[in-house]
Amino acid sequence: MKRIVSLTVNGRRREDAVADDLLLIDYLRELAGLTGTKRGCDGGECGACTMLLDGEPALACLTLAARCEGRQIETIESLAANGRLNRLQQAFHEKLGTQCGYCTPGMIMAAEGLLRREPHPSEAEIREALSGNLCRCTGYVKIIESVQAASGDAS
Amino acid sequence: MNEVQGATKESRAAVAGRVRTVGQPQPLIDGVEKVTGRALYTADLPAAQALTGVVLRSPVAHGEIVRIDTARARALPGVRAVITGADCDVAYGILPIAHNEFPLARGKVRYWGEAVAAVAADDARIASEALELIEVEYRSLPVYITAAAARAAGAVPLHADKPDNIEREVSHAFGDVDGGFASADLVREQSFHYAEVAHAQMEPDCALAEFDPERGRLTLHSVTQVPFYVHLTLAQCLKMDPAAIRVVKPFVGGGFGHRTETLPFEIIAALLARAAGGTVKVELSREQTFTVHRARPETDIRLRIGMKRSGEITATDAEVVQRGGAYAGYGIVTILYAGALINALYRTSAVRYRGYRVYANTPPCGPMRGHGSVDMRHAFETMLDSMAGELGLDPFAVRRANLITPPYRTINDLQVNSYGLPECLDWVEQASGWKQRKGKLSPGRGLGMACSHYVSGAAKPVHWTGEPHATVNLRLDFDGSITLLTGAADIGQGSSTLLAQVAAEALGIGLQRFRVIAADSALTPKDNGSYSSRVSFMVGNAALAAGKELRKHLVDAAARRLETSAEDIECLGETYRVVGSDRAISYREAVRAALAETGPITVKGTYSVPEELQGGKFRGAGVGPSPGFSYAAQVVEVSVDQETGEVNVENVWVAHDCGFAINPLSVEGQVQGAVWMGMGQATGEETQFHDNGLPVRANFLDYRVPTIVESPPIHVKIVESRDPNGPFGAKEASEASLAGFLPAFTSAVAEATGIRVSTLPLTSDRVLDAIHARRRSERLKRARAGS
Repeated sequence: MKRIVSLTVNGRRREDAVADDLLLIDYLRELAGLTGTKRGCDGGECGACTMLLDGEPALACLTLAARCEGRQIETIESLAANGRLNRLQQAFHEKLGTQCGYCTPGMIMAAEGLLRREPHPSEAEIREALSGNLCRCTGYVKIIESVQAASGDAS
Repeated sequence: MNEVQGATKESRAAVAGRVRTVGQPQPLIDGVEKVTGRALYTADLPAAQALTGVVLRSPVAHGEIVRIDTARARALPGVRAVITGADCDVAYGILPIAHNEFPLARGKVRYWGEAVAAVAADDARIASEALELIEVEYRSLPVYITAAAARAAGAVPLHADKPDNIEREVSHAFGDVDGGFASADLVREQSFHYAEVAHAQMEPDCALAEFDPERGRLTLHSVTQVPFYVHLTLAQCLKMDPAAIRVVKPFVGGGFGHRTETLPFEIIAALLARAAGGTVKVELSREQTFTVHRARPETDIRLRIGMKRSGEITATDAEVVQRGGAYAGYGIVTILYAGALINALYRTSAVRYRGYRVYANTPPCGPMRGHGSVDMRHAFETMLDSMAGELGLDPFAVRRANLITPPYRTINDLQVNSYGLPECLDWVEQASGWKQRKGKLSPGRGLGMACSHYVSGAAKPVHWTGEPHATVNLRLDFDGSITLLTGAADIGQGSSTLLAQVAAEALGIGLQRFRVIAADSALTPKDNGSYSSRVSFMVGNAALAAGKELRKHLVDAAARRLETSAEDIECLGETYRVVGSDRAISYREAVRAALAETGPITVKGTYSVPEELQGGKFRGAGVGPSPGFSYAAQVVEVSVDQETGEVNVENVWVAHDCGFAINPLSVEGQVQGAVWMGMGQATGEETQFHDNGLPVRANFLDYRVPTIVESPPIHVKIVESRDPNGPFGAKEASEASLAGFLPAFTSAVAEATGIRVSTLPLTSDRVLDAIHARRRSERLKRARAGS
């Protein structure tokens, strides 16, 4: 069954007919055309599809689109205002917090959620906030450095 | 350090250009796309009209296919194509002598999850409904999950041409092995067991195939590391003219060896697209991606080493059994690497090696970061440590007793021309505080060290054509922009950035003028691909040659404009000046002058591995030789909770000799990633199968790659030994540091717990079991002593 759902994606209001079992990740990637949100696993294992749901990091692969009525969704595509990188994007770029880039959107969105909550997180807080996001390239060292640089706490 | 004149002059000449692009930390040239979500990976490509391709997988791990009936699936509305093994009768694989895999099983299935049939349909729902309508009848055969079971007398052969299920038996002996053992002061032998591991790259497998029936042309976008090999295999399996095929590699989310060969789903996507006369997207789940596999095999090693009191190694005798899975793939290469790379890290005078690559009813294994060398390196380094202990030698001392002095040719004809291992050892020893801290840590803490090495590209490519190993084009047009065209696949390691840096350095101009177009067979020169860490060295050299060639065009044009000879022109950034005068023209003027005579310019640079670096002549000599070997040493510090067995890696200090760091930022990132991947294998990663072949851990919850929480600080030192043949002296930077982690880690755990294990991964369960076993035996001893 389909229902009409209104929600806000990256600041724009949308109204779509969505099936009850449509996952938010498929809504974003296929209906909204926002492919920055990645699928890395078969559900809830890797964090690659992390986006912000009403400002809080959440997994698009474990969220039903139909349950997002009236909610605010922010994806990686929303962060660069007027095309300029935000502080986390700049830091991940300059500090090589990204290698293959596949985990990067989810990683940055999880970090964005953290920095909004805690602008100057400790290393332990960074590790905790990103603990659900797997990266297979970096060993996480430069990811931690990137988040620290973005929060103005670079060593 | 063995500085070589040629390389040093090269670098100095580049300095005179005044704009340095190599040796400088350089963010990735495609980094902005990655951090903004604009980077399009295969699954992200616009394909609204594409049919959904799905694959029917075998529910039995070993069996004959008695009957397949696809009639009901074909009749389902919305189904556009159904294919089975009958649709492709060409076997493919890596070495021409071992092509034994079909994209869809023919007659027999050999592992659980093997592709049996495939459907292209209007949407995913119809496609999966169609799969359920395909009837397949199997006659089950005995399932062999271990190498031992597959090799046992009376076992049913997986492949008719290998009645004993041994794909390849290697028997090599170099030097006087028996004499070496006879002259040793200490001889020890030990057995080791290594679990199979997986690449677990973050991007699941995916292919998008477009077939144009009107022109008979195929375009495949895929997640590959080797677009050229995919191109060749598609032409073979689809019996098409390669000229009618285009292969494109979009952004790729990691590889680590998973994508170093043509994979079944790529051929299936192409077959479906042709059968449906349209575009088909095949997206694999994570579980299916794990089942594609091609990673490091389950391995048993029996190793015997002879040593003098001084620590000098006198002889080595190794036997390796690898469970290679159901098909050949890179199997022969892997079993040869395990033997060949016993050498070239230390001086070796006598080595005997027997290797057995065994077929079993598990997904095919293949190359994984540190291909072939990792498990053997753990065994070797572990025995060096324990034998050093028996002889009262420090672990560093036993390594230093066996160092190479380059140039050095190993007993199996590997040529070592640069060797930064001594500096690597010095740095990690000092940075970790080894001398002050080793043996004096608080209880439950330990320090371990080890060395490792790797090739900078295989000197002999898999597809030997006699052509240069690498070709790069540079295109210069009226606007002054330079487009670098390369077939090399950037899979996240930063190869496109590195190649632009090298070419820019040769031209003496900044990166802002460069664009890189990579890995599109319609535009870029063919390249063997991103494997065996060949790109920096081989394609880097080709980019350097191309840069020099284009520079010559510009300098010649400037000389003509300034009415002087080319020798009198110096290039100062974007200014071309007559030496010792103020007569000069700008880059833009030089470009106009150069194009005035010939029109837009495309130059070519190539690289071929010199004959003397291509190895020996014996059977199997093709695996191991490389134009340059990289070296690494590392120290690992751990703490062990004696009550839970939980091991925490506190710190890693690693020094990697990459010859010269073209991009120090990337070198650091690669080395950290390699060390960390070694940590995953050492501490918990393990594929496993039920007795019937069903995978136990084909997801990220059960296949546990380390999270950010348990990942340690990794301190990197870049050592630059300036290889005489590498571009600006550069060598490999992303594989050598992996293998050393494993033995350094188990040595550290040995200090922390008093327990030396010979089985990996060393999970907390296994540590706790070992602690309990030790306590039991201590109690028993005390009780006996008391009675």
